[in-house]
Amino acid sequence: MFEETFTYEAKGTVLVIHLPRELDHHNCRNLRYETDLLLSENYINRIIFDFSKTEFMDSSGIGVLLNRYKQMARSGGTVFLYGANAQVRRVLTVGGMDKLIPCLDEEKTVARS
Amino acid sequence: MERFRMELESRSRNEEFAQIVAAVFMGRLDPTVEEMEDVKTAVSEAVTNAEIHGYPQETGVIEMEMEIEEADLTVRIRDRGVGIADVRQAMEPMFTTDPGGERSGMGFSFMEAFMDEVRVESEVGKGTLVTMRKRIGRREP
Repeated sequence: MFEETFTYEAKGTVLVIHLPRELDHHNCRNLRYETDLLLSENYINRIIFDFSKTEFMDSSGIGVLLNRYKQMARSGGTVFLYGANAQVRRVLTVGGMDKLIPCLDEEKTVARS
Repeated sequence: MERFRMELESRSRNEEFAQIVAAVFMGRLDPTVEEMEDVKTAVSEAVTNAEIHGYPQETGVIEMEMEIEEADLTVRIRDRGVGIADVRQAMEPMFTTDPGGERSGMGFSFMEAFMDEVRVESEVGKGTLVTMRKRIGRREP
């Protein structure tokens, strides 16, 4: 169904992960396998999470972000996000992600960074 | 007092269903957007726990009950699954039984952060009952 899964966009060494409308346990099930595959086949030193279509996230989303952050941190890479709405930002803060993953205002900012 | 009760199969697609039902029911209290999102998040956490920890092997029944008493909202999520041996440990922030580490271990912390009160009763082999309360409508006049 529309916007129920993740889509990936590789731009050089940057991997943009477009997140689904609902980021809960149900929709997080495939992400790990898919990103692991992408990271093993491509040289990626930056992951950018696009929350612009996401209306709802719970702690399952935190698990996903935290693990990608750890993966990138191990190889000296970085993780950013953009497009988070109020509910998502609140969940990110309660989950302590605001301290680990910088939130950028615009996709364009990300592209230039 | 107003109240409803429903049963869900422990399928992951019911996580979203449960939080939408919660949002519609609590709409009667004229909540703020933030209050509504808090309850939806807490319900999603509790239903996900019941599904993946209560019934790790088979599909079981998750009971969801909500009550409104004046401005007080009560949510109960119950499974008749495997139960939790050590509730205190399970409620510790970042505690997880997931060997793959893809789960954050923040489920109960989230329920506590987004609701006023969370109570967990569990018995091994019998299941788990999570009771959450929140007073709605404390917005500034």
